[in-house]
Amino acid sequence: MLDVAVVRFPGSNCDFDALRAAERSGANASFVWHQDNDLKGADVVLLPGGFSYGDYLRSGAIARFSPVMQAVRRHAEAGGPVLGICNGFQILCEAHLLPGALMRNAGLTFVSKPVDVIVERADTAFTSAYEAGARLRLPVAHGEGRFVATGDTLRELEAEGRVVLRYVAASEASPYQPNPNGSANHIAGICNPAGNVVGIMPHPERADDALLGLGDGAGFFTSISKASVR
Amino acid sequence: MNFRIHVRVMPRTGLLDPQGQAVEHALGALGFNEAGDVRVGRAIELHLAAPSRAEAEARTRQMCDKLLANPVTEDYLLQVEEG
Repeated sequence: MLDVAVVRFPGSNCDFDALRAAERSGANASFVWHQDNDLKGADVVLLPGGFSYGDYLRSGAIARFSPVMQAVRRHAEAGGPVLGICNGFQILCEAHLLPGALMRNAGLTFVSKPVDVIVERADTAFTSAYEAGARLRLPVAHGEGRFVATGDTLRELEAEGRVVLRYVAASEASPYQPNPNGSANHIAGICNPAGNVVGIMPHPERADDALLGLGDGAGFFTSISKASVR
Repeated sequence: MNFRIHVRVMPRTGLLDPQGQAVEHALGALGFNEAGDVRVGRAIELHLAAPSRAEAEARTRQMCDKLLANPVTEDYLLQVEEG
């Protein structure tokens, strides 16, 4: 059985949701504290959402230096799957495990609502349960989710097919909710060149069962069991 | 030697600064229509002991590059005072 570590920082939230979603997918999931120096042999790491260290300085800027992030870096560099959700995505960017940064939403308000995203990469450890091009309805809840990167980085992400999730464009005539935060290229999630480190702004762990109102997020966790791990 | 360092961190020119836009809009609503190009950043002050002014500045630049500013989205300016 796969072992999944859910990293908890002071100020994490949806950590229980992430743990539960991983368990429901058939994995053995446990918490790892931010001051731990190892991942207890976990095969897969989840960095949950929230406001680690109060979002002081910048979202994810302090969490990046917590002891557990050294272990997460080693795991990622060895090819181990890592998924950062919301604040977890912000932490991965601050830690330079993913490029770019997440800035204040263009509309300035905290956005908490379901949005529609397109799965552009269905071959990562966390999206293999989906078909490429699938549309998912997932909740977002963030004040700082506007993905920003240099022109070169954006071109590289697009050329290498490293956009994992994309918000439906506002200009597109469709019933789907458009880009909620002004992200460059409508980016909602990206991965590293190897595809084992994925960061996304939407919260699939809040949408893994029809009982919750939305079930489209379950695939992120059922994908884990298919993942080729170390 | 002891130094007082003032660090000014600003959103990089050319990046959308929605906070600055909102403040500019509010200033306009208050009748300050002459205010434009408003940008909102962050000020950080710290004390530092270092053998020289140059060393104090070099150490603070390392702090900025590693933590105080995000090189993707922000630029910073330093002001170093003795005392």
